Order: sequence, then structure tokens, then C-alpha cells
Amino acid sequence: MYTLTKLTKTYRQGNRTVHALKNVDLTIGAGQHVAIQGPTGGGKSTLLQMLGGLDRPTSGTIRIGEDDISDMPDGKLAKIRAKEIGFVFQNFNLIPTLTAQENVETALEPLGISGELRAKRATEALASVGLADRAGHLPSELSGGQQQRVAIARALVKEPDVLLADEPTGALDEETRDEILDILEGLWRDRGLTLIVVTHDSAVAKRAERRLHIKAGAVSER
Amino acid sequence: MFFTYLRRELAGRRRQTAIIAIGMALAIALVIIVNSVASGVKAAQASVLESVYGVGTDITVSQSPTPPGEGEGGGGPRFEFDADAGTTTDGTTELSQSRLMAGFGASTFDAGALDTVLGVDNVAAASATLSLTNTTFNGEMPQMRQNGDGTEQSGPSTDVQAAPPQGGPDGAGGSAFDVDSFSVLGLDPSADAIGPLSAVTLAEGRTLDADDAGANVAVLDADYATSAEIAVGDTIDLGGTDFEVVGTVTSNAADSASASNVYIPLDVAQTLSGEDGMISNIYVQAASSTDISQVQADIEAALPDATVSTQEDLASSVSGSLSTASDLVSNLGLWLSLAVLVAAFLIAILFTISGVTRRTREFGTLKAIGWSNRRITGQVAGESLVTGLIGGAAGIAIGLIGILVINLIAPTLSGSASSGGFDLAGGQGGPGGAGGASGGDASGAQATRSFGGPMGQTAAATTEVALNAPVTVSVIAIAVGIAILGGLLAGAIGGWRASRLRPAEALRSVG
Repeated sequence: MYTLTKLTKTYRQGNRTVHALKNVDLTIGAGQHVAIQGPTGGGKSTLLQMLGGLDRPTSGTIRIGEDDISDMPDGKLAKIRAKEIGFVFQNFNLIPTLTAQENVETALEPLGISGELRAKRATEALASVGLADRAGHLPSELSGGQQQRVAIARALVKEPDVLLADEPTGALDEETRDEILDILEGLWRDRGLTLIVVTHDSAVAKRAERRLHIKAGAVSER
Repeated sequence: MFFTYLRRELAGRRRQTAIIAIGMALAIALVIIVNSVASGVKAAQASVLESVYGVGTDITVSQSPTPPGEGEGGGGPRFEFDADAGTTTDGTTELSQSRLMAGFGASTFDAGALDTVLGVDNVAAASATLSLTNTTFNGEMPQMRQNGDGTEQSGPSTDVQAAPPQGGPDGAGGSAFDVDSFSVLGLDPSADAIGPLSAVTLAEGRTLDADDAGANVAVLDADYATSAEIAVGDTIDLGGTDFEVVGTVTSNAADSASASNVYIPLDVAQTLSGEDGMISNIYVQAASSTDISQVQADIEAALPDATVSTQEDLASSVSGSLSTASDLVSNLGLWLSLAVLVAAFLIAILFTISGVTRRTREFGTLKAIGWSNRRITGQVAGESLVTGLIGGAAGIAIGLIGILVINLIAPTLSGSASSGGFDLAGGQGGPGGAGGASGGDASGAQATRSFGGPMGQTAAATTEVALNAPVTVSVIAIAVGIAILGGLLAGAIGGWRASRLRPAEALRSVG
């Protein structure tokens, strides 16, 4: 699925230069459940953003299948993200002025799907995460766990090949965390997608079939 | 999704939407009001000019007066009386004489210029006039007799050589004189479609017609006739000749006098004033408004000594509060509305950029899930455009209310315009001598025209016009255009900012 070759990322933060990734060589197979663990500031989120085509490497290459996304034009990258990659963020990142149903539909918007079909698929996606009865609620009217489930529904409604989750349980309590992880794992198992979870929480990491550790920009296998 | 998102965003950010919309509304309302008032002032100026130049006059042709050379007199009327002129009663001699001559400051030129003008392409009609002033001298003075030694003695004949002065209006040998004048306009009786008489309404009797050529008939301005206590059927003395008053007219413009006090046939005016074959103004109507510039240029080429003025040129000659209003609107009004418009656009742009910055994570997320730059830019532009249109709608409503208030108040503006030469109604002095009566000449009394006071009235019409601010489709269209422009401008700049957001940085920036 993913092939990373000597991937390096540096960026400026104020007056200092941050070496987020240093010569990372990594391969992730299709259908794997991978956890990327490490301390804060170690480069976890940066690696996830590289995998998602949200950022470009300073040097090195990154391939999704046959496509080298290292220096792909923005428009083409957006299309790959629209079709093949789903995101779940730590802070849910739902659009506050849209309902749960409409938030899920935003993921189908770039695919040019008709309004009726879009609504139908969004409803099914919400049902799959147990929120069919909350479709008309705004994010402010949902709990943290419910918001994250809406975010998962949004990520999966387009049936991506890859689901990237950046600290998906970071803002949730323990009980809700397990609920969310159960949902993610269930979907991974049922749909055969590649699930990559970034976390600092060992309890979350050990539920993955493969664990990677990243520290100071260097990746190692656990 | 587009309209749902747009609607939710504008409703969710009511305060920002309201501030931007209010700014746009005020700017657009001001533009509408200023434009409308400017149109109203322009129409009022045209109304003033119409009362002087008549309906349908696109161009006037005149000649600038040339000041007299060194040693030359002021050219005023000269009144000469024989020794036995006037009527004498009880030692007092009453003298009266009237002179008809070209209005002071009005320069006359050959009437052949009318044929030249009619020969110009795209001239639909033209007529000529001769501006005159009738000046009447009335006086009472003591009966003057010469004694054997050549000295004079006033009062009735007496053998007592050392007797005190007698006679005159005061009985003690004093004199009293008064000078009165009014404007007279000689015009072609058959040309009533263009020129001053096209802007009047018959009040009583009849107007001049083609049969009146060569006849001593006159039409009076109704207000003048009332003040001078002259009625239809009476006679009026013009330059020593009696004219029959056949009618009175009123100006079409309310509360305004017509171009002249008296109207007489042109040929009679020329003969009586000694200005045979001369005219002072030509009124020209172009075939269409698009021909005016060409007609003006052709007349200027054919008559190089003439002053050829269009309505626009003449508008600047309108004085009074109308002129002040025109200056206010075109200077202060224009720049104020421009400044407010620029401020409104800036507010819209700054708030839109601020909104985009506040939604950095939101746009970063949308890019992460696959929204293109174009889609996001379109969303931002759409929100700005709708906000601008809301402001535009409110601005149109406020502007229309403002216009309604102006029309309800209908402030009265006054404007004066002279039909030729320069306007002496304010009592300006001019070249040549001033003076009162010069007495002491045994052959009769002389008087030169003095300036100021009631003298020196040229055909200057003061018109009072109630300002009406019209609502036109073009003004509304301009307002809508401005609203759309403001919205698109703010949206384009905000959208550009949104498109420059890199998803990773956007997501990283909020942690």
C-alpha cells in the first residue's frame, strides 16, 4: 500500500528548524492495522500527514500503490484524498454549523455524487456507527464520543482504501475510547481497509497488529 | 451542499454578516441618494435654462460684448430735450422720453448668421432674437427762462431780477428725475417652437404670430404686466412708439418670470432700436442629442467670432442656490459617497479575511477530506456575494427612503440665468461713465444712464424650483452592481487566502 523511501521533513517554527522526519524507510501493506506510537513532538502527526498527502516531504519519496505523491500537483492530491483516504482527527474537526448528516455528506461533495444518493449514503454511514437518530444534530449538541463517531462516519462514507486516525481517542474518556477503538477495528475487519492509528497511548497502540515507534523523526519497529 | 453551507455560515456569523451588510448598505444608499439628487439638480438647472432659452434649445449662439475703447463712453441712452419740450404748468416743466436700445452688455451681430446656422448639417430648427432695454426718463424741473443778460431764472416770468428760485416739484426751484427700464425681446413671431416663447403659457389675449411681422404689437410677461398695471388692450411706450398689448404670458416653470418683460416682432425691434439687420442670440435645436457636439463644432467653424454654448456650458452660468446645490452634489457629494464606498469595501474585505483566518482548521479539514481549492474559494466567494447582496438590498431600501424624504421636503432652490451679455440685475457698474442728470444746458436737460438700482436689467430669469430627486432604473442597477462588485471583491480576496492554506499547516496551527 505505502512505500516510504528516505522520507525527510523539516520545517521552520519561529526561529528554529524542526527535523520532524529523518530518512524514514517504511512499507505498509494493504489491509494492515498499524499503530504509530511515540512521545509528543516525535513526528507522529507529521508522518500521518505525509501518508495522507496533506504535506510534502523535504526530500525522499512516498508512494501509494504506484502513485508517487511526493510532488504530485495539489489538484491531483486532492482527488486521491477525496477517493482513497479517510481522516479521523483528535479534535473531531467537524464543521460546527452543519448537522451530523451534513458533516458526513461533506466527504462525498468532491465526488460529484447527486444530493439524493449522497444523503442516502450519509444516513447509512451514520447508522453504521450507531448515530442514525442523531443525524439532524449540530456538533455542539453531541458528546465527544458521538462527535468522533460522526467523524469516523465521514471518513468511511466514501469507502476509502486507507483510514488515517490521528490520536482518535485523545480527547475522549476511557470508556468512550474503547467504544471508538471497537468501531474502528470492526470497520477495519469488515471492510479490509488499511488502518493506521497515531497515538501516544500504549493501550491504544497494543490493539494494532503492527506497532511502529517514532522518536525524534526516526521510525523503528516494535 | 453549497447553499446549505452558505446559509448556515451566514446565520452562524450574524454579527459579522450584519457589520459587512450595514457598511455596504450605507455606502450604496449614499450613492443612490447623491446620484438621484444630482439628477434632480440637473433637471432643475435645465428648467431654469428652459425658462430663458425655451424648450428644445440645445445650443445658443451669441457674441461676447467688447468693452469700449479708451475715451469711448458707456454707450448708455442719451436723452435730449428741446427748449420747449415737455409740458409746463405753474412754473414746472414735465419731461418724459423713452429710448429702446440693445441691452447693456449684449453684443449684436449680423442677422445673416441665422442663415449660416440653418445651413449647418443636423440643425433641426433655429430662431433669432434681439435683446433690448427700454429706458424711460421722467423728470420735473422748474420752468427755465433766459434773462436779457443770458442768465437763467426759474419759475414764472417776473420783472424782479433778484427774486428767489421758484417752480419745480418742490416749488423752490428744485428738480426731480426718475429712470425706469424693462427688458424687451424682439423675436420672430412665427418661430414659436424654439426659443423663449416655447417655454411660456398664454395667460390672456394671444401670443405673437406670423401676421404680426412689422406690426407695433407686444406681448407682456404676466407678472410684469401686473406690476406695471398694464392690461391686454392697453398701449405701452417703447422707444417713443406706442405698442398695442395683445396678450400676456407666464413661464412654464412655476414661480418664475419668463425671459423678458416685453416681446415684440423682431423686425420692429430692429428698426426702433436702430439695430437694423442685427440680432443678439440664435437658439438652435439639433436633430438629435448625439448631433449636438457636431453642430456646435460646425457653427464655431462657420462663425468664428461667435460664442457657441451647449446646455452643459450654460448650466455653469446658472447662479443662485441651485448653483450651490450643484457644486455641493458634484464635489462634496461625489467624494463623500466614494470615500464611504471605499470604506465599505475595505470593511467587507477585512472581515472576510478575518473570517477565513478564523476558519483555518475548518478549511484545512475540508481540504484533507478532498475539497479542492476552487471549491473552497467558491464557497467563500459565495458567502461574500450573498452578504454584499443583503447589504445592497438594504442600501436600496434606505436610499429610496432617503429620496422619499427629500421629495417630501422638496427644498426650493433658486437659479438665475441671463440670456445674453452679462447680468446686471445685481447692480454692477460697467464701462463708461456713471452719473445722474447733468443740468445747466439751456437747450435742454441731458442724462446719461446710471448703473445700479433698477437699471441694467437684461433678460435674466430667476426661477424657483422645488428639488425633485428622481428614482431611475439606472441608479438601482448601479446600486446592485456595486453590491455585487463589493461581494465579489471581498470573496475573491478571502477565497485567495483560503486557497493558500496548506492543509497540514492549517491542521497543525490549531494543535
